[in-house]
Amino acid sequence: MKSNSEKDQTTKSIASEYLKQQNETLAKQVTLRTIELEKALKDLQEIQSHLLLSEKMASLGKLAAGIAHEIKNPINFINNFSELSLEYLEEIKELLNKLDQNEILEEVLELIEDIKSNLEKTHLHGTRADGIVKSMLMHSRGGKGKFEQVDLNGLLQEYVNLAFHGMRASKHPINVSFDWQLDPEISLVSLVSEDFSRIIVNLCTNSFDAMRTKLESLDPTDEYQPTLSIRTYEKKSKVTVEFEDNGSGIPKDILGKILEPFFTTKKAKEGTGLGLPIVQDIVTAHKGSLAIVSEVNVYTKFTISLSAINLKK
Amino acid sequence: MIKILIVDDERDVELLFRQKFRKEVRSGKLELAFAFSGAEALQLLGSEHPPEVVYVFSDINMPGMTGLELLGKIKSQFPKINVSMISAYGDDENYKKAMDSGAKEFFTKPIDFESLRNEINQLLEH
Repeated sequence: MKSNSEKDQTTKSIASEYLKQQNETLAKQVTLRTIELEKALKDLQEIQSHLLLSEKMASLGKLAAGIAHEIKNPINFINNFSELSLEYLEEIKELLNKLDQNEILEEVLELIEDIKSNLEKTHLHGTRADGIVKSMLMHSRGGKGKFEQVDLNGLLQEYVNLAFHGMRASKHPINVSFDWQLDPEISLVSLVSEDFSRIIVNLCTNSFDAMRTKLESLDPTDEYQPTLSIRTYEKKSKVTVEFEDNGSGIPKDILGKILEPFFTTKKAKEGTGLGLPIVQDIVTAHKGSLAIVSEVNVYTKFTISLSAINLKK
Repeated sequence: MIKILIVDDERDVELLFRQKFRKEVRSGKLELAFAFSGAEALQLLGSEHPPEVVYVFSDINMPGMTGLELLGKIKSQFPKINVSMISAYGDDENYKKAMDSGAKEFFTKPIDFESLRNEINQLLEH
């Protein structure tokens, strides 16, 4: 009996030790799980707020497209009639020049020059408005293009080059060197070339502008080589492309706003405030992700990831 | 002397065309007529026997009868009259519909008056 009771005692103490251990493991696991759950909840909340924002943007986009349709005709009239009046003024000038010249005529000709320059301004700004409307319409009617299996490296080379030559032919060309870091081994990706090419052109244009801004802020004696790095790589069946420039960077306080439509820091005639929202929309339509990191006067990096198509090239 | 008809629900289009083709109209080579709806256009064409109008330029997006419907009706009632479309939206769908229904050309807005003038000059030369 006694020995039995001793045995019991030993068994009990082993059991209680075991229970204690189990409890500790459980407590650890609970803590771990709680941390995981908290993180998951936070991620979900972030996704939710992101979704809410994209929903808002989408309805804003629809509204904007509707407005664009309605505004297109009036803008055409403004441009057509100002153009027409410019032609007429040119004809009037020719006729007046056939008359005997005198002081009054001279004054009339001067006034005509002023009216001409006003009309040129009307036409210039009308053309600007037309450009904004066109890019809004183009975007709202986008998404009809076909998804194809595309070699991202080839598409990048083609359109970065196009953006570069567009910038070189513009009013303010700058010297840019390119640092190509394309991984030739990346898989094909499924994308709509005509939409995705707009991403490439828009991001390059932004980089060129940022590097020009930095260049203009520096002393001519400072050494600065504007450089745009384009990188591709594949990781965990995601194909990623990065655009990194060493331009003026994006201040922290506006980093959150740059995806909002019509937000622009560029001078009136240069930016529509639609470049990056369009980039975001196209990335979303491709079920991809977009990340932006930047440090003022050091760099800005746009990272876009898309799902890789499994079959290797 | 040839007569062309322009159909558009925007009334300022008349002023624009009259000024753009002022010289041709003044020299008596060209006569312009305007209608502001598809119904009005058909009425005008039906009121002349035989119709004097040889060419119709029509907008597509109009209240009531659309330009594409008008195109179909003109082609069945007055097969000899040329019809071209002028639309703010040069999308493939409208383009294809217009061409399949017998449109001669498809112009997009803002109107490139040079190409329109070329088209009309070709008529004047014949």
